Amino acid sequence: MKEKPDVLQGTLALMVLKTLDVLGPQHGYGIARRIEQISGDILALNQGTLYPLLLKLENEGSIASQWGASENNRRARFYRLTATGRKQLQKETRDWNQTAAIIARFFEVKAEDLP
Amino acid sequence: MRFLRRFFIRLWNFATGRRADQRFREELAEHLALQTEENLRSGMSPAEARRQAALKLGAAQAIREHHNAEQRLPFAENLLLDLRYAFRMLSRSPGFSLIVIATMALGIGATTAIYSVIDATLLHPLPYPNPSEIVHIETNLPGVGAHDVGFSIPELRDLQNSEIFQYVSFCFHGSENVTGSAQPTHIAGATVSPSYFAVLGVDAALGRTFDPHDPSPGSNGEVVISDGLWKRAFGADPYIVGKSLRLDNDLFQIVGVMSASFRDQGQTSEERGTELWAADGFYGDPSSPPMRGTRLQYDTIARLQPGLSPQAAQVRLDALIASLKKQYPADYPPQAGWTIHLTPLAESLVGNVRQSLLLLFGAVDLVLLISCVNVANLLLARASARGREMAVRQALGAARSRLVRQLLTESLLLFVLGGLTGFAILFFARKFLLQLVPESLPRLNDISISWGVLTFAIVVSVAAGAIFGLAPAWLTSRLDLTTTLRQEGRGSNGSRRRTGLRHVLVIGELALSLMLMVAAGLLLRSFWDLFKVQLGFNPTRVMAIETTLPNPNDPNTDIYHTATQESVFLREALRRIRTLPGVEETAVSDRAALPLGHGQNDLRQRPLIREGQEVQSSQLPRIDTSIVSPEYFHVLGMTLLRGRLFVDQDLEDTPSIAVINQAAARTYWPNQDPVGKRVMVRSRVAKPGWTMIVGIIADARTESLADAGIPQMYFDLYQRPAKFLALYLRGQVDPAAISAQVRTQIQAVNPELPVFHAETLDDVLSSSLSVRRFSMEMVALFAATALLLAALGIYGTISFLVNEQSREIAIRLALGAQKRDVLKMVLRQGLNLVAVGAGVGLVGAFIVSHLMAGLLYGVSPYDLSIFGGVTAVLTAVAIATSYVPALRAMRLDPITTLQSA
Repeated sequence: MKEKPDVLQGTLALMVLKTLDVLGPQHGYGIARRIEQISGDILALNQGTLYPLLLKLENEGSIASQWGASENNRRARFYRLTATGRKQLQKETRDWNQTAAIIARFFEVKAEDLP
Repeated sequence: MRFLRRFFIRLWNFATGRRADQRFREELAEHLALQTEENLRSGMSPAEARRQAALKLGAAQAIREHHNAEQRLPFAENLLLDLRYAFRMLSRSPGFSLIVIATMALGIGATTAIYSVIDATLLHPLPYPNPSEIVHIETNLPGVGAHDVGFSIPELRDLQNSEIFQYVSFCFHGSENVTGSAQPTHIAGATVSPSYFAVLGVDAALGRTFDPHDPSPGSNGEVVISDGLWKRAFGADPYIVGKSLRLDNDLFQIVGVMSASFRDQGQTSEERGTELWAADGFYGDPSSPPMRGTRLQYDTIARLQPGLSPQAAQVRLDALIASLKKQYPADYPPQAGWTIHLTPLAESLVGNVRQSLLLLFGAVDLVLLISCVNVANLLLARASARGREMAVRQALGAARSRLVRQLLTESLLLFVLGGLTGFAILFFARKFLLQLVPESLPRLNDISISWGVLTFAIVVSVAAGAIFGLAPAWLTSRLDLTTTLRQEGRGSNGSRRRTGLRHVLVIGELALSLMLMVAAGLLLRSFWDLFKVQLGFNPTRVMAIETTLPNPNDPNTDIYHTATQESVFLREALRRIRTLPGVEETAVSDRAALPLGHGQNDLRQRPLIREGQEVQSSQLPRIDTSIVSPEYFHVLGMTLLRGRLFVDQDLEDTPSIAVINQAAARTYWPNQDPVGKRVMVRSRVAKPGWTMIVGIIADARTESLADAGIPQMYFDLYQRPAKFLALYLRGQVDPAAISAQVRTQIQAVNPELPVFHAETLDDVLSSSLSVRRFSMEMVALFAATALLLAALGIYGTISFLVNEQSREIAIRLALGAQKRDVLKMVLRQGLNLVAVGAGVGLVGAFIVSHLMAGLLYGVSPYDLSIFGGVTAVLTAVAIATSYVPALRAMRLDPITTLQSA
């Protein structure tokens, strides 16, 4: 976590936003599960690190939270995407796709393709 | 945006002390419960399910800290903790804290005080729009040694048409008699070109100012008055515009009233307090075209074209001069060397005070530096006392950077408290302190203890605290843990580096105070020499009072037009004044003859034509002229060397005569006898023709205390009339009552005449020295402070050394060393410090004295006696202060010392 926090945090935040976008309001455990499922356990994530990140996103106004009842009727904190968060998600998705496309093109180029 | 939102939420949480700990705990518990259930569903045993859930979650405590840090501002939180701790530490050693705060209050308070003066005089722009565009234009004729000779009307037009300036204006600050009201008032008035207010860029609050393109050759009959005069003399009449007022019998129309906040530009407070401005084209007689060679000695100010820097304007002006010289070779002979010099108006107004102020600022900075060094020294001394505390905290795991931060917070707190104390003292003592500032200081009224000054004080405190707190903090936290802890608190082992730094600090302090003392010594000597200078005239028991005769533009309405007309009034006025109680002798002169008191604008330098030595008019030397009554020389105690003085038989219809001083004789008639020689000095009031020199008087320092050798020429008041008069009264008069008594007598002769400015010549003399006296006193005060601080510094260091070496001294004593040897040993340490400090200081002092050579009078900047004397004083003080700890060392009891150690 300490070694590469920035990359991880940036990506993790995007994953959280996307998860909330797709699934609607979720509690912390639900978000962690979802990320785990989709990344196919490749991402070795300490689930706990999610919580400071959620607080940060909330402080930034991208998500909002309130208490609600979980599946087994216990008190749980539910997070949902705000309008700001949705806009941020769109923008970051666009940026990400652009970056990915550029990187992908770099990988495709072979020595003989160059003029 | 998002970042800001996050920051403010965290700040809010921090400020309100809101915590999200409970929420976080609940969320984690819920998370663990859900994960455990999931694990159970996948077939784990309950214990294993819980274990796996906890593992997957990660280190709960670390996450919690992260969460908390995200919730609040950890940096601010630590700072607050540090501050609280620092406060506790400082209140635990109140003596130390008080000394440090007092030292810093002194250093920062003094620096801030001088800064507030500099802020007002040098840094504040002039109170006009785009002040950087306004320049003062000075013309010199270096070839004939004439300065500020002014422009002729054709030259003024050349400047106006040069496209370098938006507007160019003459201005002449003088005074006017306003008549027609109950008491004739005499006010500071200025005669200016119609473009004057356009140059300043200000408009009237009521009515208008002058039309800058007004083509009137002479006065256009319009005046603008100040808000003060409007309220005082006209009862703030809202319909004042268009009404008339009478100045010296001439009728003028008021066209505008300036705003209450408007202050005129000028060097003296009188000029800045100008209350009336009259527009004038400055060439009275339209029938004869103005001559290029007839220079009018008025101040010239101008507003540059927007965007043109004074440097660029100077370059274009030089080109203009070159072309004019080519065009009119007869008017600008190469020998005279005509030059024009532009100076930003703000600079030219401050003039020579700048150097004095910068000297003061330099001196006070040295005091600040010494206070800082002293405090750094004290902090280091405390470092050894706190060695154990630091060691324990490090042993418990405090990072060194954290300790440095803690110590730095402490010293910053001390410095800022000191700075605020200094500022508070300054703020509450400001009225008293302002009285110490000489009145002749330009822009004195602008001095204020403002927010800017407070900011300055805080910035200086923080900077000083950071710079001088860092090294002690670094060294304090640098410890060898095991040794320090084993030594039961006396960190003497790790203190070698600290001792070294302390030595450097004390040496620095000594060097700095030596520099200040040399500067103070030089200024003191200059001041003393000036004070004790042979004046050549005797100001004791002489009082000067001014009056001004009306000076109407139309000579036919002037009842004092000729010397004969004027002499009737003068003789009667003097006769009446002589009857006043205590008055023994009286004399009268024009204002130019007022010793050391007259302003620059008295238009007294005039071209001198000597018979038999005719040269072109533009190459004529210029000589100071004044017009005096026959008794003047006697009342002022000036000595006649050759020939004769004026007598009552010299009248307007007898041959015109003059008296010169020795310097004039030396300069203009070298190796000849000037008595009997004839000269011509043109002026508006003099009839053309030759004037014969009849006498030579000894040089007197009536022009400048610093210069006895300024050529002077005196004319007889009963041969040449003058309008701006100074009356002299010698005797035992009551300064409080004399003004009213003289006014009664003069107005008995002519009720329209104002009487003002009663001042004893002793006061004039002392106020002419006021800026010098002020800077001398200030620097002396700073030097004394510096010496005191340096003495404290050396005392502290030597005491500290004695403490450190007490074991060694005890052993020496036990082994049979003589007490005298111990005394010598300690004193030698003190002397070594002084020797190095004085060596460094002398080098610094040479540089300082070289820089301040321009402020000295009669003493060489490298005066041996001052350098030697100051070094001796410093050494004596150092020995005296080392003597106390040395005595303590000598009286050490070896047995107790060795047992306790």
